[in-house]
Amino acid sequence: MNVLVYLIPISILLGGFGLAAFFWTLKTQQYDDPEGDAHRILRDEWDDAPPKD
Amino acid sequence: MAAPISACPACDAAHIAEDTAGKGYRGNGQEAQRIMLSLPTAYCAACIVGVEGSLQQLPGVRSARVNLTLKRATIEADHDVEPQELADFLTSIGYEAYELDPGVLSTTATEKSSRDLLMRMGVAGFGMMNVMLLSVAVWAGATDATRDLFHWVSAAISLPIVAFSGQPFFKSAFTSLRARRLNMDVPISLALILASSISIYETANSGHHAYFDAAIMLTFFLLAGRYLDHRTRAVARSAAEELAALEVPRAHRVLADGKEEVVSVNEIAVGDLVRVVPGARVPVDGMVEEGESEVDRSLLTGESLPVFAGPGEMLSAGEVNLTGPLLIRVAAAGKDTSLHRMADLVAMAETSRNRYTSLADQAAKLYSPLVHVLALSAFLAWLWISAGDVRLSINIAVATLIITCPCALGLAVPAVTTAVSGKMFRQGMLLKSATATERLAQVDHVVFDKTGTLTEGKPRLDNYGDHTPEDLAVALALAQGSSHPLAQAIVNAAQDEGIRAARVSDAKEVPGHGIEAIWSGQTVRLGRAEWLGAKGIDRTATYLKIGKRPAVAFTFTDNLREGAAEAVASLKKQGMKVTLISGDAPAAVQDVAFRLGIEDYRASMLPDDKVAAVEAFRAEGRHVLMVGDGLNDTAALAAAHVSISPATALEATRVVSDIVLLGRSLEPIGGSVALSRSATKRIRENFGISAGYNLIAVPIALVGLATPLAAALAMSLSSITVSLNALRLKGTP
Repeated sequence: MNVLVYLIPISILLGGFGLAAFFWTLKTQQYDDPEGDAHRILRDEWDDAPPKD
Repeated sequence: MAAPISACPACDAAHIAEDTAGKGYRGNGQEAQRIMLSLPTAYCAACIVGVEGSLQQLPGVRSARVNLTLKRATIEADHDVEPQELADFLTSIGYEAYELDPGVLSTTATEKSSRDLLMRMGVAGFGMMNVMLLSVAVWAGATDATRDLFHWVSAAISLPIVAFSGQPFFKSAFTSLRARRLNMDVPISLALILASSISIYETANSGHHAYFDAAIMLTFFLLAGRYLDHRTRAVARSAAEELAALEVPRAHRVLADGKEEVVSVNEIAVGDLVRVVPGARVPVDGMVEEGESEVDRSLLTGESLPVFAGPGEMLSAGEVNLTGPLLIRVAAAGKDTSLHRMADLVAMAETSRNRYTSLADQAAKLYSPLVHVLALSAFLAWLWISAGDVRLSINIAVATLIITCPCALGLAVPAVTTAVSGKMFRQGMLLKSATATERLAQVDHVVFDKTGTLTEGKPRLDNYGDHTPEDLAVALALAQGSSHPLAQAIVNAAQDEGIRAARVSDAKEVPGHGIEAIWSGQTVRLGRAEWLGAKGIDRTATYLKIGKRPAVAFTFTDNLREGAAEAVASLKKQGMKVTLISGDAPAAVQDVAFRLGIEDYRASMLPDDKVAAVEAFRAEGRHVLMVGDGLNDTAALAAAHVSISPATALEATRVVSDIVLLGRSLEPIGGSVALSRSATKRIRENFGISAGYNLIAVPIALVGLATPLAAALAMSLSSITVSLNALRLKGTP
C-alpha cells in the first residue's frame, strides 16, 4: 500500500494540470462564442491542411 | 490559389494571417476606438469570413471580430471612423448590420458572472473526479488505515472546494434566510454544511461512511444547472439590450443663429427648436412651428392613414414624419414625453407575470419545508429508537438530506429552459421572461393587433384595374417625385404593370398635401382629398385630379406581414380562438380579417378598449396571448397572460412583452405554442422523475440503509435522466 504515497499526489497533480488548462481556456475567452468557434474551424483561411493543386 | 508546398504549413498560415489582418490599418499610432455592430442575420462560417474580411479592407479599421453566439461584431478602428458608415457598408454588401451603443451594452457584468460560475463549476468538477476515485476505492472495500487515509485526502480536496464553489448557494440561502423565507438554496446549503461536518467527525473517529463525494457532487450538478440557467438568461438579456441600443435617440436642434447641431434627446430642453426631416421619427413632444407635412401615427394609435401636420398641430414622440421638413417647438423631451410616460405607466401597472408563480417556485415551496421536516423527524425518531445515539441519528438525518437533495430538481427546469430558448432563438424568437414558456403553454386565445403586426404597415395599390392608362401614367409621373409611402405604392404597382410615366413639367411637392405638376397644359394634382376639393372615402386612399375633371381615388390595402396567414391558420388548427383588435377604421380591419380568415374582429378600439377586451377574455377564464407592436397595444400586452411583439415595435412596447420576434415573419408564433407545451410537459415529467427517485430513496435513507454509494448513485442517475429528458424536447417550427 506504500505505492499510494506517491500515486495519490500524482493523480491529484494530473488532475491539477487539467484544472490549469481549464483556467487557461477560461482566461483566453474560449467559452464566449462557442457557435462562432465551431464555424471558424471550418473556414479556408487559417487552415493547416496540405494545399491542393 | 496554388500555394507552394511548404515544410511548415502552420508558418505559412501565420504569415498569411499577418498579411490579411488589419490591412486597413493606417498605422498612425492613435488610440483605437471600439465599435459594436449588431448582425441579426449572421449565422454561418461564410458570414464570419465575409464580415471580418471586408471590414478589414476598410481604411481605418484595425481589427474586426464576429461573435456568432451573440450575433455581434466588435471592431477596433481609428477615431475618425463613423460606426454608421461601417453598418451601412455591411448592409450594402448583404450583411444586415446596425450600430450599437456600447454604453448601453453592459455585457461585461453578465459575462463576468457567467465566467465566474463556469470557473466554480470547473473547480467542483475537478474535485469531484478526484474524490470519486478515492471513494470508489472505499466502496470497493478499503478498510482501516487505508480507508481513513482516503477519507482524509478526500476531506483535504473537497472541503476547500465546497467552500469555494458552493458560495453562490450559501449567499443566496443567507439572503433568503435574512428575509425570513425558505428558498431552494437553504436545504442545499444545509446539506452541504451538514454533510461536510459529519464527514469530518466520522473521519476523525474512523467511521465507515463519509459523504465528501456526495457534497462535492451535489455542488457540481447544482452549479451545472445554475450555469445553464444563467447562460440562457445572459443571451436573452444581451439580445434585449441590443434591441434597446438600436434606438440611438438623436435630434437635430436648431440654434438661434439658424445653425443645426445633432444632439442626444437627453440634452433637448423645453422650448428648443427641433428639425424633423422627412422619414425621421419625431424625437420629442411639441407643436409644429413651421412647415407642412403628413405624419404616420400607426405605431401610436394603429391608424394606417397618415395625418396632416401643419403649424399649430401637436406632435408626439414616436410619430414618423413623411413628406416635408418640420420645425417643432419642444413641449416635452426625454423622460417627460407622452411616449415615456406611457411606458412608465405600464411598467408600474401590475403585469401578468407578477401574478404568475413558476413551476419551479411551486415545487420549491412544496419541497423545502418537506425536506427539513423529514430530516428532522428522522433525527428525532432515530434518537428515540437508538436510545440517544446522537452520532447515528445525525448520520441518518444527513443521509436523508443528501438523498432528497434537489440535484434533479435544480436541473429539471434549467435544462428544459435552455433547450427551449435555444430552439426559439434559432426560430427568431427571443424569450425575455423566464416563465414565458410556461405561460405560453397555457394559451387558448390569441389576440392580434392589425397595423404593424399582422400587416407590414406598407400600403399596396388595390384598385389598379379601375383606372385608365392615361390616369395611371400621370399618377406615376407625379408619384415618382415623392417618398410618401402611398406615392411609392403607386410607383411600384405601375412599374410592375409596365406603365410608362407621362411627361409632366414643373412638378413640385406640396408637403402635407400632395404633388402638383403641369401635364398637356393642365394642372394635375395627386394628394389629399381636401386639397383637391374631392370628397374623401372611408379607405386609405389618395386622389388624382386632372384639370377640371372629377378626382379619381387610388385606394390601398396594407400588405400582410410575412407568415401572418400561416401563423393564424396554425393557431386555429390547434384549436385556439383568434381575435383581431385594432385602432384602425372598420373597413381596413374588416379587409385584413377577411383575408386571414379571422371571424372575430373589432375596429376603432382605443387603448383602454383593448385592455378591457383582454380583461374580459380573462374573466371568461381564458389565457390570452397578445401579439402587438403599437404603443396603443402596450397596456393590453401587459394585461395579457403572455405577450409577443415584433422587433420593429417601439422600445416601450418591447419592454412589456415576454417574447420578441427578431425576424420579419410571424410564422414562428404558430409553432412556438406547441413547443412551449412540449417544454412544460418535460418540466413536469422531470419533477415527476425527481419525485420518483425520492419515493424510492427516502424510505431507504429513513430506515438507515443509505450508504454514500447509494446517495452518489441516486444523485447522478436522477441528474442524467432529467437532462436527457429535457433534450427530448419536440415541437415543429
